[in-house]
Amino acid sequence: MSTPQAGSEESSARAGLEDTGTPRATVLDVVGLRVELDSGTPVVEGVSLRLDRGEILGLVGESGCGKTTTALALLGFARPGTRIAGGEVFVAGEDILRLDESDRRRLRGKKVSYVPQDAGQALNPALRIGGSITDVMRRPHEASGNGVGALLTAVDLPGTAEFAARLPHRLSGGQQQRVTIAMALACEPPVVVMDEPTTGLDVITQAGVLDEVRRLRDELGTSLVYVSHDLAVVSRLADRIAVMYAGRIVEEGPTATLLARPEHPYTKGLVQSIPDHTRPSRLTAMPGTALGVEDRPQGCAFAPRCPQRSDACTERMPELSGTGHRVRCVHADRTPPIVPGPPRTARATVERGLLLTVSDLHASHRTGRDAVIAAAGVSFDLGSGECLALVGQSGSGKTTIARCLVGLHRRDGGTVALGGEPLADRVRRRTTDQRRRIQYVFQNPYESLNPRQTVGEQLARPARKLRGLSAAAARAEVGPLLEQVRLPAGIADRYPRRLSGGERQRVAIARALAAGPDVLVCDEITSALDVSVQAAILELLADLRGELGLAMLLITHDLGVVAVAADRVAVLEQGTIRESGAVEDVLHAPEHPYTARLVAAAPTIGRTDGPLAVPDTGKSQT
Amino acid sequence: MTTDLIARLVPRRSWWPATRAGRVGLVLLVATAGAALVGPFFAGSPDRSVAPPFSPPDGDAPLGTDFLGRDVLARLLTGGESVLLYAGLATLVAYAVGITVGLAAGYLRSWPDPLLMRSVDVLLSFPSLVFILLFATAFGRGIGAVVMATAVIQLPAIARIIRTATLTQSARGYVEAAVLRGESSSSVLRREILPNITRTLSADVGLRFTWSVLLIASVNFLGLGLQPPNADWGLMVSENRAGMSVALNPWAVLAPALMLGLLTVAINLLGDAMSGDKK
Repeated sequence: MSTPQAGSEESSARAGLEDTGTPRATVLDVVGLRVELDSGTPVVEGVSLRLDRGEILGLVGESGCGKTTTALALLGFARPGTRIAGGEVFVAGEDILRLDESDRRRLRGKKVSYVPQDAGQALNPALRIGGSITDVMRRPHEASGNGVGALLTAVDLPGTAEFAARLPHRLSGGQQQRVTIAMALACEPPVVVMDEPTTGLDVITQAGVLDEVRRLRDELGTSLVYVSHDLAVVSRLADRIAVMYAGRIVEEGPTATLLARPEHPYTKGLVQSIPDHTRPSRLTAMPGTALGVEDRPQGCAFAPRCPQRSDACTERMPELSGTGHRVRCVHADRTPPIVPGPPRTARATVERGLLLTVSDLHASHRTGRDAVIAAAGVSFDLGSGECLALVGQSGSGKTTIARCLVGLHRRDGGTVALGGEPLADRVRRRTTDQRRRIQYVFQNPYESLNPRQTVGEQLARPARKLRGLSAAAARAEVGPLLEQVRLPAGIADRYPRRLSGGERQRVAIARALAAGPDVLVCDEITSALDVSVQAAILELLADLRGELGLAMLLITHDLGVVAVAADRVAVLEQGTIRESGAVEDVLHAPEHPYTARLVAAAPTIGRTDGPLAVPDTGKSQT
Repeated sequence: MTTDLIARLVPRRSWWPATRAGRVGLVLLVATAGAALVGPFFAGSPDRSVAPPFSPPDGDAPLGTDFLGRDVLARLLTGGESVLLYAGLATLVAYAVGITVGLAAGYLRSWPDPLLMRSVDVLLSFPSLVFILLFATAFGRGIGAVVMATAVIQLPAIARIIRTATLTQSARGYVEAAVLRGESSSSVLRREILPNITRTLSADVGLRFTWSVLLIASVNFLGLGLQPPNADWGLMVSENRAGMSVALNPWAVLAPALMLGLLTVAINLLGDAMSGDKK
């Protein structure tokens, strides 16, 4: 693989050679795009974008901001229940919104194509991947000269007939995503729209796909719109970034300047919310949450959460102003520069003795005669008040290990001891006090609260059951518990469906605290949340540890989360701990090659140089 | 955000159907079930012969008379009660057993699951009419055996639905949190699982009840269940087949058939509407 500098020279040289006109021709021009619900409520409004040849534009925002709606509108498509109500979308000189459906279909794939988020669902499971790709090429326009083999080779897959004849389920997640990229490239369109193409993938696989995307841009000169919620990923790929909030672009500019000196307070908040494993520091969380489509206020949509709002902000929607670096804020000049959070120092290990000891734990999942090993001789311990992170990719066994600790999964061997007492295999055999001392917080906040019980009922129950409080006494604790997780006391009477994801996760944490635990086991508790909400939850955990002296076992795949929250880390691969130690040591000087690959692949803001994927030792990739 | 939006749109009155089809179903149900329940108080004697057999409609008998010269309207108003009563009873029994079996199999898993579910599966291997014949032979003709047989026929499907819903619920965080607190199985089922599968149930109840209505009506039609001279919509269709020709009195068959049809359509529309707002 060539160095990035050489790569970009190569691409501009290519662009100059192939273009008839100026070397930087505009291939995509969006003016005043408006997409609305059938009811007429705008989902996306006043979106204007330009994309030059060979450029990568990152479209960033949190869930519900309208980024996927915008991405689909670039192909002239609106999801059921929505319609494109206004604006112009010029793709290679043609306004796709003025065309009728059959002409739009002619353009899709040929002039602009789409890479969906979940490749596993996007590929037809009954079609061989070669067939999926030729399906795109066989559309009623001149066939591309590219063969399937050449396309597969282009996305770094084996270009053999055997591989093309495989069905999608025989491919890994990363390979499936590469196939969808090959499909998108089949007709060599000048513009490719990628919608969160790496979101479901492991960091190492993600790094490989990102390298691929960048290489394809360099080699083919394709222009890309890369949609993602992950500013760190986009910062390593995009030439320019557009940040969306509540259906509008709030800031747009060259990647380096936008990230170094964001002018919109939302962009600044977003950048400060992202945990960086290369520099452990406390995060600065934004107050409030993003509003639903129907609740967007008059004037600037960010004003309710903005530290620098004035009356002028709520009067009317600010314009997106500026050239080159555009920002939609009346007080853009007041936005302070990014202040790095105070550096975080991990606490000394085991100040007050060992609390939880796991030795030689074995666990597996059995279906019929097959067994998948989830833990093969895992040992670690956790001191009082300490936070240990268990890091691994999906399938590494980290969740199963956590479930063994609390007694939800039967272990095949080994011991788990709490304060010196060995714990029974299953939760039913443990004493009430043992159950009280370890509490578990679940991954998915949308499934962890009972929809048919009020928040108050759910928070009162653990104290009654585990601490033997009376109904009245348990009820009286609900208010203080909500306060502890920074929620208003009024929430106690609400049902979970009225709460946002972040609020639900706080309630789930409060439910665990209600038991008065010594150890909190947190299983990927922020992975379903937006970064700004994640930052707030991680801050809450840090505060709680300070206030209550809780020990925590943090299960995560995200090294950034580890750096922000943990004292020690254990890296898990295929049910075995590959490396463990103090967070700083492991992240800065990984000893095991697997840890090294994980650290190298984890995206951080602004580190755009060099390939992301470190080849697996043993089987070289290129 | 989306969830908040939906939360606000979900009406407080959860019994009021959200769709137009659902509201039509509700109106139809009130009309047919109302006629069946209140009708007996207004109808004249269903057993007295008022005119020659199969007289066409006139002032005295607005729907004409049946094969014995009895007033079709009076019999129509009296004949719905038994349909609702026996079908309701059969559905109730089927649910009482089916829910217990489904919850136990889905929540306990390990050995009770295959044991319970395979036993229930055995029932599936009999065609439903054969099953009713079996019951009628064993316990004698009569509505009691038919109700029992209908309940048993419905049971496997109910147990399966409940089991699947319970399995899904068991993996949810709030159920596992309850297990981690050391709640008893019955407490977990009652507090955490059952309240969250009621919506699946409410969609299903309508369908089961409809099947019970139709099954009992067809068994009555075959002469295995209710015996003449009882007034019953299913029985009426059977008795008056001879009068179907236009020259005689087709209403003797059409009217009860129509009522049965409307009742089932109403329940299905309502059931669909109730399960539709699940998202």
